Amino acid sequence: MNAFRYAQARDAASAMAALAADPRARYIAGGTNVVDLMKEGVERPSLLVDITQLPLRGIDRTATGVRVGALALMSDVADHPAIARDYPVVAQALLASASPQLRNMATIGGNLMQRTRCAYFRDVSQHCNKRAPGTGCAAISGVNRRHAVVGGSEQCICTHASDLAVALLSVDAIVHVRGRAGERTVPLERFHVLPGSTPQRETVLEHGDLITAVELPASAAARNSYYLKVRDRASYEFALVSVAAALNVAGGRIRAARVALGGVAPTPWRAHAAEAALLGRPATGGTFAAAAEAATRGMKGYGQNDFKIVLVRRAVNRALQHVGAIA
Amino acid sequence: MSGLVGAPVDRVDGRLKVTGAAKYSAEIALPGLVYGVMVLSTTASGTSQVDADAARRAPGVIAVMTPQNAPRVDSGGNGAGDRTLMVLQDEVVRYDRQPVAVVVADTFERATDAAAMVRVRYAAAPAVTRFDAAAEYKPASGGRDVDKHKGDAAAALAQAAVKVDGTYIVPVEHHNPMEPHATVAQWDGDQLTVYESTQGVINARRTLAQTFGIPTASVRVVSKFIGGGFGGKGSVWPHAVLAAMAAKLVNRPVKIVLSRPQMFGSVGFRPQTVQRVALGAGSDGRLSAIIHETSAQTSVFDEFMAGTGAISAVLYGTPNLTITHRLRRLNTSTPTFMRAPGEACGSFALESAMDELAYATGIDPVELRLRNDTQVDADGKPFSSRALREALRQGAERFGWSRRDPRPRSMRDGRLLVGMGVAAASYPTHRSAASALVRVNADGTALVQSSGVDIGTGAYTVFTQIAAEQLGLPVEQVRIELGDSAFPAAPNAGGSQLTASAGSAIKLAALDARAKLLALARGDASALIGGAAAIAALMRTGGVETIEGRSDAKPGDDAQKYAMHSFGAQFAEVRVDPDLGTVRVVRFVNAFGAGRILNEKTARSQYIGGAVWGIGMALLEHTRYDERSGRIMTANLAEYLVPVNADVPAIEPIIIPEDDPHVNEIGVKGIGEIGIVGAAAAIANAVYHATGKRVRDLPITPEKLLA
Ligand SMILES: Cc1cc2nc3c(=O)[nH]c(=O)nc-3n(C[C@H](O)[C@H](O)[C@H](O)COP(=O)(O)OP(=O)(O)OC[C@H]3O[C@@H](n4cnc5c(N)ncnc54)[C@H](O)[C@@H]3O)c2cc1C
Repeated sequence: MNAFRYAQARDAASAMAALAADPRARYIAGGTNVVDLMKEGVERPSLLVDITQLPLRGIDRTATGVRVGALALMSDVADHPAIARDYPVVAQALLASASPQLRNMATIGGNLMQRTRCAYFRDVSQHCNKRAPGTGCAAISGVNRRHAVVGGSEQCICTHASDLAVALLSVDAIVHVRGRAGERTVPLERFHVLPGSTPQRETVLEHGDLITAVELPASAAARNSYYLKVRDRASYEFALVSVAAALNVAGGRIRAARVALGGVAPTPWRAHAAEAALLGRPATGGTFAAAAEAATRGMKGYGQNDFKIVLVRRAVNRALQHVGAIA
Repeated sequence: MSGLVGAPVDRVDGRLKVTGAAKYSAEIALPGLVYGVMVLSTTASGTSQVDADAARRAPGVIAVMTPQNAPRVDSGGNGAGDRTLMVLQDEVVRYDRQPVAVVVADTFERATDAAAMVRVRYAAAPAVTRFDAAAEYKPASGGRDVDKHKGDAAAALAQAAVKVDGTYIVPVEHHNPMEPHATVAQWDGDQLTVYESTQGVINARRTLAQTFGIPTASVRVVSKFIGGGFGGKGSVWPHAVLAAMAAKLVNRPVKIVLSRPQMFGSVGFRPQTVQRVALGAGSDGRLSAIIHETSAQTSVFDEFMAGTGAISAVLYGTPNLTITHRLRRLNTSTPTFMRAPGEACGSFALESAMDELAYATGIDPVELRLRNDTQVDADGKPFSSRALREALRQGAERFGWSRRDPRPRSMRDGRLLVGMGVAAASYPTHRSAASALVRVNADGTALVQSSGVDIGTGAYTVFTQIAAEQLGLPVEQVRIELGDSAFPAAPNAGGSQLTASAGSAIKLAALDARAKLLALARGDASALIGGAAAIAALMRTGGVETIEGRSDAKPGDDAQKYAMHSFGAQFAEVRVDPDLGTVRVVRFVNAFGAGRILNEKTARSQYIGGAVWGIGMALLEHTRYDERSGRIMTANLAEYLVPVNADVPAIEPIIIPEDDPHVNEIGVKGIGEIGIVGAAAAIANAVYHATGKRVRDLPITPEKLLA
């Protein structure tokens, strides 16, 4: 672990100023990801700016939904009655994440920013374009059981590890960011970026940008949502494949549909083709099966992870049956 | 206090452990102690060139030990669990995570920091990283256990009315005890004291003495508390020798504690095994042939062979039997004992094959095993006692086996498939020579000393019970000291033999003390009744300060006359999601006849622990290597999965009472290992019953059930 400095920020402006002054500085919130990576030598910040004292913990109802502060704890969000009632997919995804101890430390902003669990990324002796651009992606023909089947590139086939982000994607969440030019909003779907030829870049944030909140618009689909996480063991494991499904069915027809996938891509993955196969159709097993098939379109395995494609189809089908109330 | 032995007495060291007063090796503090952190190789084969300039200049660094300045030692193994150790005697790298340097600094943090500054360049050399790419050979070690032939198994198989023939794979698994390995080494002139997380201080003392070329009497090894060993702490590994080497180099006591990723380095693992098991039987299910061929891995520089096929000579009777073991050399560290080495893997193959035979013959799997029960082992030796039949019967009863519809995919719970599986288990009863001291103090209390180590199983407690019962004292009036090579010798807490060996010695020593007390009372046994107060009065009258009972216990002739084994049966119920391929074990019943049970509580813990590990072995545990480099890519507990609480259902052990006069003075057979034997097979068989899919390579992960 590298030597580093530590400072506690009293307000957002001073936190941002500290980062602006030092290109190797990083924010630390719960520290459950960044400290881990520092121990592995993957991240070597010169300065950690602790943002946990900033007033960004609130979980508040707004006219259009709920606004969750970036420093709200995973456990507090999961337990919040408005979340459990109006966005069950979010509460379920959080409760299926990590462990109670971690959820009591980890924040919503940190969760969106957590880095991939790719074993090659986390092992500094190995080639990884994300950690050391230009060295190659060792996972493509290596141990890749947990890796991406869609959205990757020849440079990187890692998966994004967050369950929360997948759930948020299915409820059209919007990220509030404070940057040099002031506040801006970014739809979660555009927040994370695919690796392409720059796998080191993971989000649209610039150095020093601070996530302040995540906004969850209320919707009938969000109220009828579900998170399915498939993993080897019953708890305390990242997803092999996960599905966040949100459906608004009225008069037997699907009026709104969101299908998001985890464990399959370098970002939380929105299955647009599946959504298209649902919209306007009757909420029947046949529709769900077709949508599940569509969800796998364009997916490609790398050997050990081939099974994920079948698993996506089965898991999407299952999740849709759940929100479609036909099982 | 007769009746003490067998009672579910609470752990005598329980309070120490839950209050943190029990000091583990990593917690030993000595004046002047400094901290060593190993730098490990990141490649499996080549020559290392270490650039430690930056590390040497880092704050707090006292020395960086490399092959250049490392003290010379004799790092060749000498059998009996001794390993050939890679301890900086040359620059050759032979496996991933081999030590290439040790940084010693005044704090652990500074040593860690400086270790990260060490730059290592490798001149790569070809590595054998794929099991299939390594040539097979017949091992030199292993003696008569390597091959066993009886009758003509191949011919009998060819003629059998029913046959099954399959290949079963168990991947590399790592022990991952809760407590990482840790060593504190201190030299005082030529005297070496080592606080070491080891399963055997006598064995460790011998190995260290030989490694440093000093008399055994010059080495003391202390191992008071262990947070799990499982065989992984049965040998001396590089870090322990490196700690003592570094202590010599810097002339101060040195501590080395392994990090979790380093636990995948040089401290042993369960080797991958590829087993062929072929069974021939009549249509009545009676076995006419068993062929059990094992291919396993070892390292390129040392040999370790587990008797994987041995269980096939014990569990069932057959006129024709072939057991073979072959090894392959890979660029890995050397594999080692891991809970029921041999039997754990061998039973997965044999007991899966028996399940296949049950389906091939249409005979119920419990009934098939009962039909093939035998009263003699493959050499014709009678068993000293054998509870297989009883274990199967009682286990089936408690489990509700009769409710099982044998047809695959026939039982459901909503959309989930239900499966029930059974497997048999056995594990040999080992015993080695051991000594013990039981001292009766003037106040009538007693002190027990043995060098045996309590690796978390409850040895402190059961040994106290044994001594207390013989002396008529309550447990609270007996103090016990274990885990110090200065105490009377005992073998490793391994092979499920410590209780049989040291427990017998403690009983004999207590009897010796009792005889001396009786002599003091001129044969009046009633003078000993009344606990410490009565004994104190007797000693006061007799004018003696202390009485010492000693013993040297060793295996008797019965070991030649009888085959001695524990037996058991494992029953698992699973739920399989047919769409997602996920398997959860929802119920587990296991039944064992393992001689006399000294403490029902600690015994049940062993059986429950065996089942938990069986769940891990069946469904989760898998060390994955990058086959291009030989690098382990699962060296942490996020990638190397073990069961969490949510994976572990109610486990109901059944203790089959057994009175075996042949095994040893205290009638025990050993309970530490049999719990895992057959557990994975029972689960795999349940998965077959649920799904109709026979998975022959562990672990049974979703992808194997999706197709
Ligand atoms: C053993 C283990 C198991 C886990 N299992 C799961 C799981 O199953 N599912 C899952 O989803 N996650 C899992 N996680 C990941 C966990 O959820 C994340 O580590 C956690 O959410 C990160 O939050 P944090 O507050 O601790 O972030 P930190 O570690 O403090 O920060 C992480 C990153 O985010 C940046 N950051 C933090 N806050 C902000 C902000 N407001 N604005 C801009 N940047 C910011 C930091 O600079 C840093 O780069 C697991 C983690 C561990 C250690």
